[in-house]
Amino acid sequence: MEDAAMENGETNKDSEVAPALIAVHPTQNSVAVAVGSDLRVFDLLGGCAVSLVDDSDGSLHKDSIRAIRYGANGKLFVSAGDDKLVKIWSTESWRCISSLCSEKRVSAVAISNDGSYVCFADKFGVVWVVVVDGFNGDQDFVNKKAAPLLSHYCSIITSLEFSPDGRFFLSADRDSKIRVTVFPKKPLDGAHEIQSFSLGHTEFVSCLAFVCTHECPQGFLVSGSGDSTVRLWDISSGSLLDTCDIREKAGLLESKEIEDRYAAVTDLCTIPDSTLVAVAVQSLQGIILLSCDLSAQTLYVAKVVSIKGDAFIPTSLGTSFSSGLLWMVTGASNLHDSQHPCLSRVKVISGFKESSPDFVQHGPIVLEDDEIPRSEKLLEKLQGRVSFDKNYFLTAAEALKTSMSNLLIKKQYSTEKREFRKRGRNDKKIKK
Amino acid sequence: MSEKEANPTFSKSTGLPRKRFYRARAHSNPLSDSHFPVPISPGHVDYSLHYPQHFPSSDQVDSGKKIQFADIGCGFGGLLISLSTLFPETLMIGMELRDKVTEYVKERILALRVTNPGQYQNISVVRTNSMKYIPNYFEKGQLSKMFFLFPDPHFKEKNHRRRVISPFLLDEYAYVLEVGGIIYTITDVEELGDWMKACLENHPMFEALTDEELKADPVTKLLSSATEEGQKVDRNGGQTFRAVYRRVAPSL
Repeated sequence: MEDAAMENGETNKDSEVAPALIAVHPTQNSVAVAVGSDLRVFDLLGGCAVSLVDDSDGSLHKDSIRAIRYGANGKLFVSAGDDKLVKIWSTESWRCISSLCSEKRVSAVAISNDGSYVCFADKFGVVWVVVVDGFNGDQDFVNKKAAPLLSHYCSIITSLEFSPDGRFFLSADRDSKIRVTVFPKKPLDGAHEIQSFSLGHTEFVSCLAFVCTHECPQGFLVSGSGDSTVRLWDISSGSLLDTCDIREKAGLLESKEIEDRYAAVTDLCTIPDSTLVAVAVQSLQGIILLSCDLSAQTLYVAKVVSIKGDAFIPTSLGTSFSSGLLWMVTGASNLHDSQHPCLSRVKVISGFKESSPDFVQHGPIVLEDDEIPRSEKLLEKLQGRVSFDKNYFLTAAEALKTSMSNLLIKKQYSTEKREFRKRGRNDKKIKK
Repeated sequence: MSEKEANPTFSKSTGLPRKRFYRARAHSNPLSDSHFPVPISPGHVDYSLHYPQHFPSSDQVDSGKKIQFADIGCGFGGLLISLSTLFPETLMIGMELRDKVTEYVKERILALRVTNPGQYQNISVVRTNSMKYIPNYFEKGQLSKMFFLFPDPHFKEKNHRRRVISPFLLDEYAYVLEVGGIIYTITDVEELGDWMKACLENHPMFEALTDEELKADPVTKLLSSATEEGQKVDRNGGQTFRAVYRRVAPSL
């Protein structure tokens, strides 16, 4: 019993390590980074750091933020996490217009395309919905209670997403399942009609994104997973269209240890108006660009953009409709042996706007710090400082990997250990 | 048969497995992480393993025939065995979380197939957590009947989310049931009976069967008589509470 208790204590501490997150305003008015309980927003239009105003209960987040997101119309921003608070912000004044209490820790958030519903998922697999009506500009709206929308049976929900046409609501979980639900007209009564289940991943699903173009506005779903693949789906039938194994490109197959050959896909970001998907992988210093052929319904690796010299393994990706920039962040909160609890590093890849056919080969360039818009001022705000010891982020990446697998991968016990845990059972005693 | 006769876990007279060697706890925690294999998707369910006579080899999966009845928490398999002869052309599967009980049902079916050649080829059992993995076994609208007979009542309020009939899980059952498909529930615990009825009543995709429909359905009688749990209630002179609902298209 003692060793079991010890084991649990350890894993609990490790799973507290949370990755740094980044989100970009749809028209790139601002950029937000969350590290630990710290939410940092930089106003790109005004060129200045934003100070958040929260008079709902006088305090910002108290524990690691697990999800941040801008609404598609850019008016709302939501942050939520381990302190069980869901905060809805106005992106104009950066005032917290609502602060909701969840029963459990929050693992994912989504905002409906018209900005009238905010959905969040808790760690017991229940997705909640709250109405954001009566919010014009900066008017306060009354704190409402969230209503349960749907549930994955006691599984941690890792990602929520609305389909581009708003008809479907997607939820992914650690049991390698993606549920596609018809988003109802009256969400407060629950979403009962399941359109499909997208099944095919063999480990937890970590992230969802839609690839859309002008020709194909309803889009195709792409998902990343702990099984080191990115998959392409048709959500109306739930059928798997293509699977792209990223292990070879991420240089994982050369690894000697078998357990090092798997690295989870941590984030996906589709580049607007293109068929490109940027993929962040647990052990890759850089990103993988996948290209999606929507007519042939295939997914293939277009290019690996590596980030040299900086030990930069992105933990989260973000982009806006207009800019042609891909924003990346790395960092972690709550590292045990660290004096700097909340450091993050921001980098930007540019060159997604070119229309020449071979731009994928030449285009994407990792910007130097001084080439980033509003360079030093922005970095100071979002990173907390301008220069770093690069080993810090390698430690952070390692800690994140452990924490993610503790949280999302089922623990495997040896047969002896399992029998040992069952030793008190009556049906075991009869046998002897 | 000769080796089976030497095997003490099988009854010498009937060739069936003896229940006393498969005793298991009455409860199992559906929330704990499961370590048994789960098919990645309904297309990965190996029918040749379950129904060897209907599917002689694993590459001939495309005969179009699919499982239509699911007995969720089938226990010792009494209902499946009664249904097997009543609907000989329908494939059905029992799902049970307790490994020993599953093992018993498996042996029971194999023994029945041996003693009754040509019969009981349409039933099988699988060990799984149906609360988590229903979508891994069945496609949308694949099932025409689902059975929830004498489920674990989970009396404590904090454990209500472990109940197999719950508002959220009904969404998944509605997904795997075809429109017109029927969900049968029965229990000897009044409180649970009320709960299951309320869950089904409040769900937009289920409507209650009328009394006439219930009388006309040959399956209704089996609910309390066919299962071991039902027979036990009957022996003790207990009451049962039934809720039978039909899957309907949601009104929009």
